[in-house]
Amino acid sequence: MNRLKQLFEKKKNNILSIYFTAGYPEIGATLKIAEALEKSGADFLEIGFPYSDPLADGPVIQKSSHVAIENGMTLKVLFEQLKDLRSKISIPVLLMGYANPMIQFGVSNFCKAAKEVGVDGVIVPDLPLYEYEELYKDDFISNRLSNIFLVTPQTSEERIRKIDELSNGFIYLLSSSSTTGKDLNTSDAIGDYYNRVKNMNLKNPLIIGFGISDQKSFERANQYANGAIVGTAFVKTLGNENDYLAQIPEFIRKIRA
Amino acid sequence: MNYRIDDRGYYGDFGGAYIPEMLYPNIEELRNEYLKIIAQPDFQEEFKSLLKDYVGRPSPLFLAKRLSEKYGAQIYLKREDLNHTGAHKINNTIGQIILAEKLGKKRIIAETGAGQHGVATATVCALKGLECVIYMGEVDIQRQAPNVARMKMMGAKVVPATSGSKTLKDATNEAMRDWINNPVDTHYIIGSVVGPHPYPEMVSLFQSIISEETKKQLIEHTGNDQPDYVLACVGGGSNAMGMFYHFLDDENVKLIGAEAAGLGVNSGHSAATSVLGKEGVLHGSRTILMQTEDGQVTEPYSISAGLDYPGIGPQHAHLHKVKRVEYVSITDDEAMQASLELSKLEGIIPAIESAHALAQLKKMTFKKEDVVVICLSGRGDKDLDTFMKYFNL
Ligand SMILES: Cc1ncc(COP(=O)(O)O)c(C=O)c1O
Repeated sequence: MNRLKQLFEKKKNNILSIYFTAGYPEIGATLKIAEALEKSGADFLEIGFPYSDPLADGPVIQKSSHVAIENGMTLKVLFEQLKDLRSKISIPVLLMGYANPMIQFGVSNFCKAAKEVGVDGVIVPDLPLYEYEELYKDDFISNRLSNIFLVTPQTSEERIRKIDELSNGFIYLLSSSSTTGKDLNTSDAIGDYYNRVKNMNLKNPLIIGFGISDQKSFERANQYANGAIVGTAFVKTLGNENDYLAQIPEFIRKIRA
Repeated sequence: MNYRIDDRGYYGDFGGAYIPEMLYPNIEELRNEYLKIIAQPDFQEEFKSLLKDYVGRPSPLFLAKRLSEKYGAQIYLKREDLNHTGAHKINNTIGQIILAEKLGKKRIIAETGAGQHGVATATVCALKGLECVIYMGEVDIQRQAPNVARMKMMGAKVVPATSGSKTLKDATNEAMRDWINNPVDTHYIIGSVVGPHPYPEMVSLFQSIISEETKKQLIEHTGNDQPDYVLACVGGGSNAMGMFYHFLDDENVKLIGAEAAGLGVNSGHSAATSVLGKEGVLHGSRTILMQTEDGQVTEPYSISAGLDYPGIGPQHAHLHKVKRVEYVSITDDEAMQASLELSKLEGIIPAIESAHALAQLKKMTFKKEDVVVICLSGRGDKDLDTFMKYFNL
């Protein structure tokens, strides 16, 4: 069984996932950050592979991608680095990035390489449902990779059901229609939306992302979902500190507090 | 051979809508509504009346006698440069602003490179009294100051795109990010036949007026609506798609798209996408784009800001692949010389973009009776600064 499924069977709430960009702030940072995050108590990880034109990202993650590319990060380099992944880390790991680098690498090659290094799933925000189903689903399934789809407050019930049917990991619930790095939407309407999705009794767990930055927003997200993802706030911390690894335990502790 | 879009939103292998879920409702709304709205009689009536009385259509089809003499053919210029705001871009913005109004949108966003599409968008927003936000690369804002001033005069807010390479592709990213963050009340007027389905199809539909008129005008001039050659420049490819649209199925009409080779196709400073690009995904559609081996988009270069784009529209990618259109590369120098030539021979100063199509004439051999139509997509007023520097005027 894939590690993601094991996690969701064991743990039903307060699941914490952290996003960071591979090769940022320095090319060799990827696995060191992953190890530090596991030790500090993160439940699963999303490792971003950088893209020059990240449409769905705000300035902080854009910048990290830009720096990572300048540092020489590519999918080839990343898979090379991840060869040691499973000798060092046991929590689930997802790769997150955009369609074009994956298509250049070859989607089939990408899925095989991901499986070989022990990756559990993939999040590609600009890979649509239709293309996934028609062109790529078999590659994902034969390599036992979960493909994670996003849902926003504007996603229709019918489409959420379709996404639930095609998903085999969790559903990534966006706190609002926004790029990464905006504050968590705390309007009353957002509670209605979370409850609406929660009450649909979907087969997949719900993890809330975009705008989770601290203990308060993490706690609030967990009122509605099985867990939450922190991205921008963590990437910002990595960029602020020279000794970026030393900051990690404190960062996680504060969110969990 | 089918050159048109299929019901999945693809032209052969190209097209589709590679967009994050946040944009899905907007794109879905457009996809469901655009053909219905465009078919409505009141849409058609308003579109036609604005094209006629506001834009000044039909644009003339002009037999350029001295140019014809020089190249030994019958060369006609489709005068999109005479449109209000000076380029073909306004055909599209007129169509999209009426559509946006019918969709109940209150706020318009757009990207622009040279500023021509930004100006055409600011123009129709002023006409309709709608809020207008234009994203423009920080570098382009400096290169194209007069167009920035035009947009501001018409009430648009010009927002510098400071991400990435700070040019057109980044302005497009910023416009899409704005749309993600404002999904309900905003319409995004894309300026070329690029972006997620249905944009490429919708924009080419609005631009197809160019070839619709050309066919009628050719009958008046020559008695035959099928010329031997049709030429247009290709940035994203909207004037070319408009110019080719009604000729696609006339297989005996040779269609030629001129891309910007910049300093030369192999110089590392070029925008010749069909030569240098590979298949991939850019700005929401599967197409051909210039990129590294790792799939990072590379920065193009051309002296003409309007052709300075690392991709081409998905229909062009298809027409290239099935060889219905021949894509050629024209260098900065060739385009500049062609600009000067048209100015001297016909008293028409073309946009440097359009001059890329003109420059192809030199590389062809004609029979005296060959009929050639060239899309003169815009006028050269915006390029005076570049001309002054280049020719030491
Ligand atoms: C005069 C003119 N021609 C051509 C273009 C290129 O765009 P497209 O290829 O979409 O026609 C531009 C773009 O700004 C332009 O201003």
